[in-house]
Amino acid sequence: MNYSDFFKMIPEASLVAILIVLFVADFATAKTEERKWFNPLASVLLLLNTFVCLLPMEAQTAFGGMYVTSASVDVMKAILSMGTFIVVLQSRAWVEKSGKEGEFYMLIVSTLLGMFAMMSAGNFLMFFLGLEMASVPLACAVAFDTYRKNSAEAAAKFIITATFSSGVMLYGISFLYGAFGTLYFEDIATKMQATPLTIMGLVFFFSGLGFKISLVPFHFWTADTYQGAPTTITGYLSVISKGAAAFTLLSILFHVFGGMMQYWHVLMMIVVVLSITIANFFAVRQGELKRFMAFSSISQAGYIMLAAIGNDWATSVASLSYYVLIYVVANMAVFTIIAVVEQNNGGKTNIDDYNGFYQTNPRLSFLMTLAMFSLGGIPPFAGMFSKFFVFMSGLNGADISTTMGAWSYAVVFIALLNTVISLYYYLKIVKAMYIKHADHPLPTFQSDCNSKFALAVCTAGIMVFGVFSLVYEWIAAAV
Amino acid sequence: MFDYAFLILLLPFLSAIVLGLFGMKMPRKVAGLIGTCMLGTLFVLSLYTAYHYFFYTGEYSAMGQTFRVVDGRLSSGVYPTVTVFNLTWLKFTELLTFNIGLRLSPISVMMLIVITTVSFMVHIYSFGYMAERDENYKFEEYEHGFQRFYAYLSLFTMSMLGLVVATNVFQMYLFWELVGVCSYLLIGFYYPKHTAVHASKKAFIVTRFADLFFLIGILFFSFYVGTFNYDLNVNPGLSDKLASIAANPEIAWAIPTALFLMFIGGAGKSAMFPLHIWLPDAMEGPTPVSALIHAATMVVAGVFQVASLFPIYIKFGAIEQLHWIAYIAAFTAFYAAAVACAQRDIKRGLAFSTISQIAYMLVALGVCYAINDEEGGLGYMASMFHLFTHAMFKALLFLCSGAIIVIIGSNFKEYMGGLHKYMPITNACFLIGCIAISGVWPFAGFFSKDEIVSACFQFSPMLGWFMTLVSGMTAFYMFRLYYVIFWGNSYYEQDPENRRRPQEVPFVMWGPLVFLAIISIFAGWIPFGHFVSATGQSAEIHLQHFHFSSVAWFSLLAAAIGISLATWMYMPKHNPVPDMLAKKMPVLHKAALNRFYIDDVWQFFTHKVVFRCFSMPIAWFDRRVIDGTFNFLAWGTQEAGESIRPWQSGDVRQYAVWFITGTVALTLVLLCLI
Repeated sequence: MNYSDFFKMIPEASLVAILIVLFVADFATAKTEERKWFNPLASVLLLLNTFVCLLPMEAQTAFGGMYVTSASVDVMKAILSMGTFIVVLQSRAWVEKSGKEGEFYMLIVSTLLGMFAMMSAGNFLMFFLGLEMASVPLACAVAFDTYRKNSAEAAAKFIITATFSSGVMLYGISFLYGAFGTLYFEDIATKMQATPLTIMGLVFFFSGLGFKISLVPFHFWTADTYQGAPTTITGYLSVISKGAAAFTLLSILFHVFGGMMQYWHVLMMIVVVLSITIANFFAVRQGELKRFMAFSSISQAGYIMLAAIGNDWATSVASLSYYVLIYVVANMAVFTIIAVVEQNNGGKTNIDDYNGFYQTNPRLSFLMTLAMFSLGGIPPFAGMFSKFFVFMSGLNGADISTTMGAWSYAVVFIALLNTVISLYYYLKIVKAMYIKHADHPLPTFQSDCNSKFALAVCTAGIMVFGVFSLVYEWIAAAV
Repeated sequence: MFDYAFLILLLPFLSAIVLGLFGMKMPRKVAGLIGTCMLGTLFVLSLYTAYHYFFYTGEYSAMGQTFRVVDGRLSSGVYPTVTVFNLTWLKFTELLTFNIGLRLSPISVMMLIVITTVSFMVHIYSFGYMAERDENYKFEEYEHGFQRFYAYLSLFTMSMLGLVVATNVFQMYLFWELVGVCSYLLIGFYYPKHTAVHASKKAFIVTRFADLFFLIGILFFSFYVGTFNYDLNVNPGLSDKLASIAANPEIAWAIPTALFLMFIGGAGKSAMFPLHIWLPDAMEGPTPVSALIHAATMVVAGVFQVASLFPIYIKFGAIEQLHWIAYIAAFTAFYAAAVACAQRDIKRGLAFSTISQIAYMLVALGVCYAINDEEGGLGYMASMFHLFTHAMFKALLFLCSGAIIVIIGSNFKEYMGGLHKYMPITNACFLIGCIAISGVWPFAGFFSKDEIVSACFQFSPMLGWFMTLVSGMTAFYMFRLYYVIFWGNSYYEQDPENRRRPQEVPFVMWGPLVFLAIISIFAGWIPFGHFVSATGQSAEIHLQHFHFSSVAWFSLLAAAIGISLATWMYMPKHNPVPDMLAKKMPVLHKAALNRFYIDDVWQFFTHKVVFRCFSMPIAWFDRRVIDGTFNFLAWGTQEAGESIRPWQSGDVRQYAVWFITGTVALTLVLLCLI
């Protein structure tokens, strides 16, 4: 074994280092006293990690092809690392109340480590290890509020369905091993051709990742888990975990199943249309904000995977990464606001609780509105551009005179129609805050300074990433 | 050298923003002073620009181009077209880009001077006009909304300047719409007054309707030519492209059509028959606004537009369209002069006079058929010259009428009469304006108007005589107005006990009057042809060298007849002739008083034809079919959401069933593809 290969895994090495620092910090200090420094420490370390991911690195392989790195993976790692930074930043008030800082930050960082490993995998085994490494700590995090029954229920549902989906996925991977006699991505890609066996392998494998991204029909756990989990974790699940899985799926589809592109195009089209449409129908009827955001996130997942309908890796991955970046800032803004409202008002998360919110908390209402506009894709906010780019990449190479091309256009058109429906329910929140009257709106409160900072970062992202198309061009150039 | 020129657009923009956002927090006087000081700076800046542009000797560069000039002229003898900056704002295709820039050409520099001079005078004058006064005309407080007024004025000035320095026709259109908006805001300045609201709506809708054709024209132009640029001097490829289109019989119609469509937009702004109906009503706005926007600057936008596109009209087969413009304008000139003879409201009288005079400018452009300063192209210079002089004396006349309205408190001539004793300065200034507009030597109007009439004679003697007749009518109605205001029966003297004694306006108002009056006297002696001409070469105005042609004598004669007639009819205190004439020809008089019922025709057309036949069916379609579809969709979404709710049961076993069913179903679908 060549130990110098470890030096090629710089983002992972950096995360391991953070884990060790946090571990030592947690054990070296007494848990009795208040540890106010813990959150800043974790935040700064994650911010540093973001910059480490941005360091220019060559595309290379390590450990005999088990580990592969490339520019696109690094960009995505940086985006996820930044998202985790925001999550950690806004988690402070809640975590300090629980008194289990060390545990929480280590759980979060180890899930991130698992996702990094999954994204950089060059072999199905490595991929599976990474996936599980992300799943198990995540389930712990979902159950973090041990005093709440809902939290435990959410974790139970999550871990049961996760185990189930892992089983199905392993079944699919074993088909692939049976067909090709290898689990290395590179080797499979060269031999790839469509046979009934490989198609079964593809679909079964896909359902495992579809579960992580929460695409219809693998999405059922989402609503229950999102609602029950602590709000911070819901935010983390909805952006980071989803983003990592979406990226991995896209990467494997292109790099492993490249030889049967038209099959997975059909697969993705069906799943994307179902996800966007069905999730929208559910979202329209929701009265609980976190559950509502769960359906919103399923629908957004559909939009993210629109990138996989295109046939050009570079545009697809650029538009997907950009979409995830925008989605991270917009969605984290919403979840941060939900979290501060929840903490300051004794756990209120119903949409009706927000009636008349504008009268008492005009600034938070305004930020919420910005985030909702961005999620709905109203120009000039970032969400509009990210939607535009995934539509563009979805139509890449689609020739309307062929059947497949026409279907691509149809799928993008359906997605467009669905943005109208999604606008309807995003604006419902805005309407509740600004227009609906309430006799006793939520009282005016002051959010903690960490949340304020997180919100500032998100808002800046929503405004800046949208208005300056530079960001997309930078991503497109980097990948 | 013109690096500072961006300030010409930036300064008024900033002051509009500052006054618009923070004006209400300032004392009224401070807001007014900010606006006025900014405009004073702008005025100086424009003069400086003009001085540099027309008289500089040496070398300078702009946008990477180097100009070597002697007395402002290139070695070819023409003034250069200087593009100071040209930013790409939107890029449609490689060639078709929407730029915002600043371009100096002889006519745009002339317009800079016209706009800033009049605007500056109006800014000062408004301190006196926009004030509330007590019984004895003593100043009490600036009017409510004083800050808003100055904010609008700044915005208007910025828009108008942006229009005249436009580097391309799309930028012109953008600022064109902006001036329309400012006009709307200022006409409706006294928004609690119903008539003002109606007038502002009317002005906006009529001009906006005409602007639609402008936009269509631009689209035609850009579709066939592939660019928004119109200046042949700075866009070398443009001439070739236009020539190739003009030479192709299949699409040769495109350029003339595009140009004429654009002109319809210009006809709306410049109040040509039958789109003139908004201008008399626009007099509901404060009088300084009428002077600035509805007499001197915005209403000549149409003339400026045709003049800017003039080389394209002449060179690429649109001379026919140019002549149509001449005929429309000649009719308008006559029509408006006839209506002006019967108006009771002094501002409306002046408004019709404005329509008539702008028509003169368009006639002058329309009669051209070559690019040549002596023969066939004289009208271009004449038109621009008249634009310049008219802006000065018409602004003067409007500001005088504003002074009278401040003192009398009414627009109607019945309340005036005999004012020459009480308002000597206003009287003198108004008289100078009347003489200037009537075309009496050596005042400004004489030179510019006679150039126009000469140009008409070159084109067709019939039209020449016709325009001479109209100039006689001009002299008649202007002096009629003058006499009924300043001579004749004095309203005050009929009952001095109960009526307010008129008196002269304060210095802040008569100062600008005197300034403009001096310009109106001497502007005719500016060697205008030296600066602006069809070819760009220095051209002479013969009248300035006392070479009076027979044309000049005839029009002087027409003016003399008009003035004498007016003096005989209206100067004495009691003359039965006007009333007798009105009684003898009741139909004609009533028709003229009611502007020949053109407004009623439009009213009928819009209400009965457009609303009934088009709007109502469309409204029905919108309400029933379109709204219905969306309501159905919304209902469907709600229902679908409700019906699939049971799927999400919270039962994990069921989730697993769905999971595996979904996986198997997808596998089956893909297997079918093999």
